[in-house]
Amino acid sequence: MIHSLFLINHSGDIFLEKHWKSVISRSVCDYFFEAREKAVDPENVPPVLQTPHHYLISIYRGKLFFLSVIQTEVAPLFVIEFLHRVADTIQDYFGECSEGIIKDNIVTVYELLEEMLDNGFPLATESNVLKEMIRPPTILRSVVNTLTGSSNVGDTLPTGQLSNVPWRRAGVKYTNNEAYFDVIEEIDAILDKSGTTVFAEIQGVIEACVRLTGMPDLTLSFMNPRLLDDVSFHPCVRFKRWESERVLSFIPPDGNFTLMNYHVSSQNLVAIPVYVKQSISFFETGPCGRLDITIGPKQTMGKTVENMMVTIHMPKAVLNANLTATQGTYTYDLTTKVLVWDIGKLNPQKLPNLRGSLSTQVGVPKPEDNPSLNIDLKIQQLAISGLKVSRLDMYGEKYKPFKGVKYLTKAGKFQVKMLCTAHFSTNWRSEYI
Amino acid sequence: PSGLRAAYDMSTSALYNDQGGAEAAVEAGQESTPTSSGTGAAFGLFSTDFKKNEDLKEMLESNKESLKLEAMKRIVGLIAKGKNSSELFPAVVKNVASKNIELKKLVYVYLVRYAEEQQDLALLSISTFQRALKDPNQFIRASALRVLSSIRVPIIVPIMMLAIKEAAADLSPYVRKTSAHAIQKLYSLDPDQKEQLIEVIEKLLKDKSTLVAGSVVMAFEEVCPDRIDLIHKNYRKLCNLLVDVEEWGQVVIISMLTRYARTQFTSPWTENNEKTFYDSDSEEKKEQTEAKPYIMDPDHRLLLRNTKPLLQSRNTAVVMSVAQLYWHLAPKHEVNIVTKSLVRLLRNLPVCLPLSQLLLMSEYGMFEPFMKSFYVRSTDATHIKTLKLEILTNLANEANISTILREFQTYVKSQDKAFAAATIQAIGRCATNISEVTDTCLNGLVLLLSNRDETVVAESVVVIKKLLQTQPTQHSEIIKHMAKLFDNITVPMARASILWLMGEYCERVPKIAPDVLRKMAKTFTAEEDIVKLQIVNLAAKLYLTNSKQTKLLTQYILNLGKYDQNYDIRDRTRFIRQLIVPNEKSGALNKYARRILLAPKPAPVLESAFKDRDRFQLGTLSHSINSKATGYQELSDWPAVAPDQSVRNVEVIEPVRNPSSSHTPYHSFTSYLSNCQFYHQNETSSDSESEEESSEESEKTSTDSGKSSSGSENSSSESESEQKKKKKTKKAPQKKSKPTVTTPSFGPVKTYELLHHMTGKGLSAKYHFPRQPCLYEPSMVAVQVILTNSSDHSLEEIHIGERSPAGLNIHCFNTIERLEPEASVTVSMGIDFSDSTQAANFQLCTKENQFSVSIQPAVGELLMPSTMTEQDFTKEQGKLLGMNETSATITMATANTSSQAISKQVLSVANVGVVSSSQNNFHRFAGRTVSSGALVLVSLELKESSSALLTINTEKSVMASMLLRDLKQALTQA
Repeated sequence: MIHSLFLINHSGDIFLEKHWKSVISRSVCDYFFEAREKAVDPENVPPVLQTPHHYLISIYRGKLFFLSVIQTEVAPLFVIEFLHRVADTIQDYFGECSEGIIKDNIVTVYELLEEMLDNGFPLATESNVLKEMIRPPTILRSVVNTLTGSSNVGDTLPTGQLSNVPWRRAGVKYTNNEAYFDVIEEIDAILDKSGTTVFAEIQGVIEACVRLTGMPDLTLSFMNPRLLDDVSFHPCVRFKRWESERVLSFIPPDGNFTLMNYHVSSQNLVAIPVYVKQSISFFETGPCGRLDITIGPKQTMGKTVENMMVTIHMPKAVLNANLTATQGTYTYDLTTKVLVWDIGKLNPQKLPNLRGSLSTQVGVPKPEDNPSLNIDLKIQQLAISGLKVSRLDMYGEKYKPFKGVKYLTKAGKFQVKMLCTAHFSTNWRSEYI
Repeated sequence: PSGLRAAYDMSTSALYNDQGGAEAAVEAGQESTPTSSGTGAAFGLFSTDFKKNEDLKEMLESNKESLKLEAMKRIVGLIAKGKNSSELFPAVVKNVASKNIELKKLVYVYLVRYAEEQQDLALLSISTFQRALKDPNQFIRASALRVLSSIRVPIIVPIMMLAIKEAAADLSPYVRKTSAHAIQKLYSLDPDQKEQLIEVIEKLLKDKSTLVAGSVVMAFEEVCPDRIDLIHKNYRKLCNLLVDVEEWGQVVIISMLTRYARTQFTSPWTENNEKTFYDSDSEEKKEQTEAKPYIMDPDHRLLLRNTKPLLQSRNTAVVMSVAQLYWHLAPKHEVNIVTKSLVRLLRNLPVCLPLSQLLLMSEYGMFEPFMKSFYVRSTDATHIKTLKLEILTNLANEANISTILREFQTYVKSQDKAFAAATIQAIGRCATNISEVTDTCLNGLVLLLSNRDETVVAESVVVIKKLLQTQPTQHSEIIKHMAKLFDNITVPMARASILWLMGEYCERVPKIAPDVLRKMAKTFTAEEDIVKLQIVNLAAKLYLTNSKQTKLLTQYILNLGKYDQNYDIRDRTRFIRQLIVPNEKSGALNKYARRILLAPKPAPVLESAFKDRDRFQLGTLSHSINSKATGYQELSDWPAVAPDQSVRNVEVIEPVRNPSSSHTPYHSFTSYLSNCQFYHQNETSSDSESEEESSEESEKTSTDSGKSSSGSENSSSESESEQKKKKKTKKAPQKKSKPTVTTPSFGPVKTYELLHHMTGKGLSAKYHFPRQPCLYEPSMVAVQVILTNSSDHSLEEIHIGERSPAGLNIHCFNTIERLEPEASVTVSMGIDFSDSTQAANFQLCTKENQFSVSIQPAVGELLMPSTMTEQDFTKEQGKLLGMNETSATITMATANTSSQAISKQVLSVANVGVVSSSQNNFHRFAGRTVSSGALVLVSLELKESSSALLTINTEKSVMASMLLRDLKQALTQA
């Protein structure tokens, strides 16, 4: 199982190490650094590395590498999933998972790691359980602790560890009982040059924030559960009820958690909220090119599109951009060659437009790779798939909770391939098929 | 502060290797606890003496708890940063018995880290742990065992062994879980303890707690993975517990069960080559195989069925392990159900692991509908891109090839040139696999030859070369085209490929080839080695076919080659010269030169680079690195003949009073599950609610004991049913082949009041019929009673007292010793109603009071569903006519006309099974009375204008009329 863990920052410093079995010298990380050098992008580092005596499995999160050392056979996903769980826990405890925050709370983090694994096998990974053993720091508590010398370590075994509901702590009490559910959907789509959808699907997630006293048993039902093509659940959701009735029946963890992830496949028609008219061209002669983009609303169900943003990774040869935007602002980063156009709210009466010239490097052949547009947007109060929560029932407790559901649609990996009116033969397709 | 930080960085890096200096240590401590009172700063900043960590030692030896705690925090900070603080060991170990829990925990952390290095001193702390192992608090017992077993000091092995044995028998499942972890630690410390440890593992494997299951299987895998015999008796239990085990345990158990199943069950994969094999064999054998159709072992099916819901887990490792289980164990047509989940993994977690399984599956063309999920995005990492490309190539067929090729075109333009090259390879593979598109692909590739990028061009040339080899007759045009491009191509591999093509097909381009050779003669010395070799080849081939034009050129090139710096080229030149130029020494070989050099060559097979990746169990580390990792357990091949199935039967522990009476094997699993009161099996929310509200204490006492007993009951009833099935095979073969349980639908379970809390002086009771076969006796109806204490004091000794009528056969629940206020508990009873609706009266007693209560069953609850075919139904119905038939014409409520609604209404009234019907207007249901097993057949014939004929055939005429009344009411009301 998991032998050791090293946390490594962006510049390659090991700033935390934890060993669950005997100590392994940190020189084992050299193999990783070698692979890190080779892969230009940190995301490109192979997740599983083989060294003469160990195996290294790593993830990259929040500009940090979580590198685990393995000595014997284990499912790599097991380790990867666990490393993500470590990062999640740190995020849950301290609000973010960064080098600074871990260094500031190094003792707490170390104690957490101690509790999460025993002999390399996960022991307590539920945030609710961990929080009872090692209380998360709050400003008030740290002041009190300093004055009294008291601890933030719990002295009893969390009840969750023993019950059938390990994710919920016992004796939860609130004066205001509330349960909020955020239905958040992301559209992943690829539109081709002419604007037709090559590929579109929706990734949905239901984030819950439940603050209810006692042991409530909730049942969440949808108006149209058939929309959901593929689902995955928090362990609290009873599989059988879902299979037979298509309702989510669960005893919730206390606080924030992800109740369910779902997927609406491309078999269903996915509404595309915006359309893009664009063209980019580079001239064979002369160091320049032209760019023209217009964006308008398409299927928005009457809601306003907000936080519109367009990002284009320009070819390396593009030196600078001289453009005018009718709405919003644009920036062109000369080193990374990224053009960002921040539009804001989309006004259907006056469509935003960005046009102007691009200057390219002299003497370099004109770029042949068509850049693609990455679109970012947000639509409040709309789940683009049409999913609707119909009701939430609570059993097991007598009080009346306050219930709320919010919907939000975002662009996920939303790409529009650009129309490139270059002069060489881009379309060998016509002859081809 | 930034300057200070920089100074700090310098000092740490300088001091890192010499045991961490005092300065660095103290500053590190400060950094780790920014809100600390600052006592440390006074010590630290100026202590430049040689005694390291002196200040920390002083703090640890002071009397103030807060100072000690502060010091320990800094020390742990040092450990976390990987700095040495072992010289503090004596000072730290003194605090091991501290009352302050936090301090104690930090000392534990320190001990675990350094005990190995300071063995003698570590022994000082052992007695503290030994004492803690006896602590009444389970948490303290568990953490003492954790630390004790983490101290890697060989001297204490006997102490650890003793502690493990004791902990394995602990009442608390949490302590038992810790003991399972300790087993592995002890084993790695001293492998000689194996035999003793296996005994403990064997004992813990029998544990019924979901908490222990994952950890003990982990220990099993580390210590004695080959002792598969230990699993037999626990197999069914593990399958049934699986859904309630924590996620990490699920992964380990599933992986172990995969291995287990491969040794115990026969292959579910029907082999296509089987027939041909036997055709050539004798007729006799053929008949034998046909006589034995494959029947899946019910235990094999149980595993597949119980793992399937876990595909919906949020934990990617769990999903992956189920996916690999299906791949290795399920019949091929069922493997498809995992694709959707694997595609989900791919989206959520951009690693290549799920992809490699998908890749394997794609070779079987298993998930074409998901094709678009494998489209490559520019943001994907390179290894993911290549795998996706492989999958797309595997998925390509005549129908989708045009879509895929269009997609490939965009990849060719990718800025990632290695990927573009891989795409060209993929196009080549598509072209060879699908003959319809060979020409289009070839044309496309030729167009790519004018691409500006060298790698693209080179790769195209190489692929074109291979494609042309497969069908050389028609493509002299392309060869000519390539010859024209030759001057502009600089990549050696591409140049060499073109030259080879020229030589091989020189007779198709008789004018061009000699000219190319002429050019080559000029540049020979400047070419790369592989190009030179091909020039020599080209020269030789031309010399044989067209010696008039090329004799001189060839000789010139051979002379150049003779003096080349590379011995390989010199060698080749010498060989070619002897072969083609006749002289007195060359002898007979010369005659065959043409046949040697211009022999027709077999076309290369364009193959995936990922072939043969299925040597290892999917999802394992070994599979992802494609070499055997330490500790990898081979997945065995299916046995030809299944080993004895009965080894998995569990001995009957709970006495079954009437084992010979007829009792259907159905529902055995479900009854077990609901009785075990596990989270996921709870079918009604009221169940779970009552159980989860119960306090920790009552949980420990009542639920725990309930679990273990009902667990064994299940196994007994199950094994019994298994045996029964075997006996019954002759009479009812369909039952054996279809062991699937007709799970009761999640309809609204009607709950009835047994005792109101006002009359019960705080004790209230509700009951419902779970509609499962009663575990205690088959002739009994199972009843679940939920007892709740709504008074403000705890109730003691709840049990069942006198009953009437006197002969009433009731299986009571075990006396509940204590029920806390607000707590509730669910218990199961069995009541033999003797097929009558007469109420069962009994007294529900507590220590102080007795309450008379009665349970009156609805007639429909006295039945058990029976499965039969339509033919059997009509046959049986034919025997139950006349007196035994009761019927009525009813007017159906409009809402109830759909077959689904009818089933729902009928099933809500009576516990019967649906008989599949071939006619739309006929609905049939069959059941047996619980007590006497008499058949009850219900049929409903729909007629015009919502009228219907309801018929009941049974020898129990009283029941028939009551059932008719109930059904009529249910069907007519809206």
